[in-house]
Amino acid sequence: MREKKVIPTNMQAARQLAEELLDEAPFKGYSEPALFAIRLALEEGLANAIKHGNKSDPGKSITVCAEVDDDQATITITDEGEGFEPGVIPDPTVDENLEKPCGRGIMLMRSYMDKVEFNERGNEVRLIKRRA
Amino acid sequence: MAEQPPRLGISDQGGVSVVELAENKILDEKTISGISQQLYALVADKDAPRIVLDFVHVGHMSSSALGMLITLHKRVREKDGRMRLCNIRPSIYEVFVITRLNEVFKICADQASAVREAASA
Repeated sequence: MREKKVIPTNMQAARQLAEELLDEAPFKGYSEPALFAIRLALEEGLANAIKHGNKSDPGKSITVCAEVDDDQATITITDEGEGFEPGVIPDPTVDENLEKPCGRGIMLMRSYMDKVEFNERGNEVRLIKRRA
Repeated sequence: MAEQPPRLGISDQGGVSVVELAENKILDEKTISGISQQLYALVADKDAPRIVLDFVHVGHMSSSALGMLITLHKRVREKDGRMRLCNIRPSIYEVFVITRLNEVFKICADQASAVREAASA
């Protein structure tokens, strides 16, 4: 399966996309833990694209490309924002950040996916989860 | 028709507010905002609030939902209250472990033990 969807910058559209995407046939062969991981990373990626990337600007859109086969799922989320430097995001698990209410999305994506890559500009994230 | 806020089952058990989170997915800002408004109001209304959050129905949570719990926990502590979480399924508990929030929140296996701990002096 390979598909590309463009959605407006709002959570309702993002939620609908996530539900529709994870309901696609190629995901049926993935285990529950793998699907849990993909859903979590997808939701975090979309939330980041809306909030931090497009800054909730309804005039901007988000492009999601999904490539799913028997070996792995690759989901690429691109926003129209200025991008960011992933390396400067503080570690949310060090003691001084432990009780900060935000900053855990990227860490969770990295924990649950096999690979998380950002493009140079920082407005695109590629999430890869192997099936096995 | 006005949209309904996310459902919470709230009961009082000997002075402890027991909140059953009825949503399976606590992911987007709208759902989280609807839940947090109700929880913050519950805490604001009480001196030394004692609150148990029951996650029995919760299958998915986002980092924003964790942020909401952290803010709620701070508000409870600021009022010398006590908060316990319970019935967290293993997949969700793993999220707490990865983020080290299992060290911040007191997590009980079931509602009865959570209520007992929240009620104790």
